[in-house]
Amino acid sequence: MPREAMDYDVVIVGGGPSGLSTAIKLKQLDPELNVCLLEKASEIGAHILSGNIFETKALDELFPNWKELNAPVKTKVTKEKFLFLGKTKSLSWPTWLLPSVQKNHKNYIISLANLCRWLAKQAEALGVEIFPGFPASEILYNEDGSVKGVATQDMGIDKEGKQKDNFEPGIDLLGKVTVFAEGCRGHLGKKLIEKFNLDEGKDPQQYGIGFKEIWEIDEKKHEEGMVMHTVGWPLDNNTYGGSFMYHAENKQIFLGYVIGLDYKNPHLSPFDEFQRFKTHPSIKNIIEGGKRISYGARALIEGGLQSLPKMFMPGALLIGCDAGTLNMPKIKGSHTAMKTGMIAADTINYHFKHRDNLSVYEKLFKESWVYKELYRARNVKPSFSWGLILGIIFTGIDQILFRGKLPLTLKHKHADHETLKSANEMPKIDYPKPDGVITFDKTSSVYLTGTNHEDNQPVHLQLKDSNLPISYTLEKFDEPAQRYCPAGVYEIQRENNINKFVINSQNCIHCKTCDIKEPSQNITWVTPEGSGGPKYGNM
Amino acid sequence: MSVLLIAEHNNKEIKPFTFNAITAASQIETDLHVLLIGNNCGDIAKSLSEMSAVKKVLHAEAAHYENYLAENFAPLVVKVSENYSHIVSSANTFGKNLMPRVAALLDTSQISDIIKVISPDTFLRPIYAGNALATVKSTDTKKCITIRPTSFEPCETSGGSALIEKIEAAAEFSLSKFIKREEVKSDRPELGTARVVIAGGRGMQNGENFKLINAVADKLNAAIGASRAAVDAGYISNEHQVGQTGKVVVPDLYIAVGISGAIQHLAGMKESKIIVAINKDGEAPIFSIADYGLEADLFEALPQLLEELNKLNTIQR
Amino acid sequence: MKILVAVKRVIDYNVRVRVKEDGSGVVTENIKMSSNPPDDNAIEEAVKIKEAGKATEIIAITVGEEKSQETVRKALAVGADRGILVKVDGIVEPLAVAKVLQKIVDKEKPDLVFMGKQAIDDDCNQTGQMLSALLNWPQATFASKIEIKDKILRVTREIDEGLETIEVNVPAIVTCDLRLNEPRYASLPNIMKAKKKPLEVLSASDLGVDITPRLQQIKVEEPPKRKAGIKVTSVAELVNKLKNEAKVI
Repeated sequence: MPREAMDYDVVIVGGGPSGLSTAIKLKQLDPELNVCLLEKASEIGAHILSGNIFETKALDELFPNWKELNAPVKTKVTKEKFLFLGKTKSLSWPTWLLPSVQKNHKNYIISLANLCRWLAKQAEALGVEIFPGFPASEILYNEDGSVKGVATQDMGIDKEGKQKDNFEPGIDLLGKVTVFAEGCRGHLGKKLIEKFNLDEGKDPQQYGIGFKEIWEIDEKKHEEGMVMHTVGWPLDNNTYGGSFMYHAENKQIFLGYVIGLDYKNPHLSPFDEFQRFKTHPSIKNIIEGGKRISYGARALIEGGLQSLPKMFMPGALLIGCDAGTLNMPKIKGSHTAMKTGMIAADTINYHFKHRDNLSVYEKLFKESWVYKELYRARNVKPSFSWGLILGIIFTGIDQILFRGKLPLTLKHKHADHETLKSANEMPKIDYPKPDGVITFDKTSSVYLTGTNHEDNQPVHLQLKDSNLPISYTLEKFDEPAQRYCPAGVYEIQRENNINKFVINSQNCIHCKTCDIKEPSQNITWVTPEGSGGPKYGNM
Repeated sequence: MSVLLIAEHNNKEIKPFTFNAITAASQIETDLHVLLIGNNCGDIAKSLSEMSAVKKVLHAEAAHYENYLAENFAPLVVKVSENYSHIVSSANTFGKNLMPRVAALLDTSQISDIIKVISPDTFLRPIYAGNALATVKSTDTKKCITIRPTSFEPCETSGGSALIEKIEAAAEFSLSKFIKREEVKSDRPELGTARVVIAGGRGMQNGENFKLINAVADKLNAAIGASRAAVDAGYISNEHQVGQTGKVVVPDLYIAVGISGAIQHLAGMKESKIIVAINKDGEAPIFSIADYGLEADLFEALPQLLEELNKLNTIQR
Repeated sequence: MKILVAVKRVIDYNVRVRVKEDGSGVVTENIKMSSNPPDDNAIEEAVKIKEAGKATEIIAITVGEEKSQETVRKALAVGADRGILVKVDGIVEPLAVAKVLQKIVDKEKPDLVFMGKQAIDDDCNQTGQMLSALLNWPQATFASKIEIKDKILRVTREIDEGLETIEVNVPAIVTCDLRLNEPRYASLPNIMKAKKKPLEVLSASDLGVDITPRLQQIKVEEPPKRKAGIKVTSVAELVNKLKNEAKVI
């Protein structure tokens, strides 16, 4: 039975900052366009997780009157700190010595999820049709190989893949142009990159995993507008990562940790590093007596310009973190994502008016401030492959003295799934037991995400080879999925002396880390039934 | 003013939650009267009159009271309620069905499922499936209240000698008709309403081992629960799952066997009156909420438990 | 036959409800809201009855704030024909909702009124029964099976002891249990169509209903954390404690 189809001028996949900006800009340029936007979360914002210190540059261009429109961008950064953490001590780095990209005095502390909700409201007011709860599960192609649109996920399929009584087939959403804005490691974006060789001649992409908790803390310890970043403990010199703590409105702080997924030790557990980090006196003092109210995690894309794939292809564009436009030294990707989304709208508008192909994207992108920013930032992340100390020294020279204009480009040498060493070569890490006050276990954390997936549906974390986790990955790497997954999806269960690889897919919070880090690339994240996944509030 | 408690029974015996409801009602006001509506239920009137907390029994008999229909009961309750400040019943399917019909007829805003009497007009009740507790104060002159049975002890069933007053039945409501009641014939009580629940987790290791749980459940007349992990692993079907997407249970006794205590599971059973945890891992989170924790291998502990229970002369059913 | 289905917008059941620090309620800002789960069963049942040719029109109604329209739209997307929003702000008690619904019933003259047995926010479980009382109609609560024979409904009810079957004459109120059916999904084309279906917006005062709360919510607090008890060293000790200390066996 052929699926029902709906025709649009532009179909946008993903309701994050880039996709929403494309939608808005398209309607601003031409109110007559038929634009729809699909979002896999149950509502816009529910799968959005970000620090977030927000640079308003793109928003200023999209809505010069955003203040009048009451955008949830309110808390100005008023104070900044940068700490090097030792095990118990900390050393404060003078802010005047920070490279300008890391200065935030013009920026705001926001909840990106709330900004997206607001952007969605603006988009709907402009006539964009937004469909939350409808994941795009499949790319549709024309006979000439160009992208024709996407199909939404079938609903009501049981564990065995059979149709349930309430089966509801997906439908084809056909767009003259389809814009992929799924965020970091989008599962369709990944297929497009492969099919159209979009990453030809580029360095392997680099990723990190970011954790975030929201705490409500003691009024006396709360300094609205204060932002603090740390590097160092508990990570060793060879593991890339650091923390953020942003004092937002309502006595809340956004506390988070980012670890590069190019880490080498399979015994490392990013979740437990984050938990342990909170026990450092300079952190614990602030959150003690407070209460953790939210938890979440999401992979982020760190490769920058060297790894950035081509962003256009026949019939489609790949934008924002789905391509990889995060500015790593700034630790910001929202403004760049929004801008690439706006450039996509300009490109499509030009394409419709001049019947040109979408390659004009490249030109518009290279002329934009996003490209300049990413160009200047390009050497920071790779320099940290030499370790924290050398990375900082190089970054100081590159960013402060030369402002990113050094006439060389460092390369990313390995993809993140290639970096793990054998378990027996690397030291085991003994993480302290959670105390339930400052530090927590994974299950109580996952509980806060509100994640859930309908029980009776196919597992959306697919194994290419179902024997591999036990026969190889457990043997060689002590199955790191048990540790890198921030939601406890993967477990090795020992039953009558036989090891079994268990996938608790209901727990999944859609961070995509497994899809990235699995050493044999054996795990593929696909879309579960619509509305599944976390129900983040102001993340 | 006095408080009126509506008794639940099947014309042969009093339903146990009535005992808990009597306790709650007597905490509101000691002048407690019980309204008994039924058909040929004189023995029940007598039993009620012997309860020390009961000051008076109002007894109405009619053929159309044989089976319980809110449409038939409500007009009588309304008629009788004139002399009472509070009308109380238990918040099970009996009271939940009846009381709002009474409250609406009296134009009063009902307070459902209270777990504590703070004062005669102020009560504590769970909202959001027990994830929050609300203190509510009624401004209505007449108050209709349902009580959560497990939050109140059963009352004394002796020591009283209340007057039994026969009252007239109200007219029959002809538009609704009772057809039949099928009491669940299952050998085990239903998970949602069982007094005792024994639940197994992943520590059971396979479905076959649940027979150890079944044996203890038989002995205790307990329902069988399971953690999501056990359901996911295919040891037991998902109607047994307790927690997040499964059921919320509030039994008097909850025995968690080989369950580590994932928060989703805890959410589903933490309101239980007494929690027992049997687990090999002394650090398992379940111990943090268990009244009695036994750090032991369940494969040894369960047969021992059965043996110890067999030694007991009586076991509450 | 005409069926009125009452629905409510509540905090999504997957969301971890958080109590406000000042005790005035729970946090609802930027929280995912959904239709009350058993209300979905109510709509589904009505749609099934219509699909079986036994009903001609389904009206979805909600009483709540402006945003509750979403919940009505969802009902329209799965098969309701038109919607009504009775706009109110703040807490409305079940009694007030029942009075509002009574007015709508007077106006629309439905043969059946369906709704979920209980809302998962205030957990009151009152509205359907109250509406039946106000209309002096039969009530079939906690329904897990509904059969229609002419003007009589045969309803299987979920009760503590098991199942009860009753027959009620139309017009009647039915409150629905989660076991009644499996609600369908709203398809994209139907969501689009739902946007064009009529939705009437009224206010409680238009209907002449006094919705002033009768209950004062004095405070909302988190339930006390359960404390760890004791560790016993043997099964014998455990059984002894359960028997003689806790008195539960």
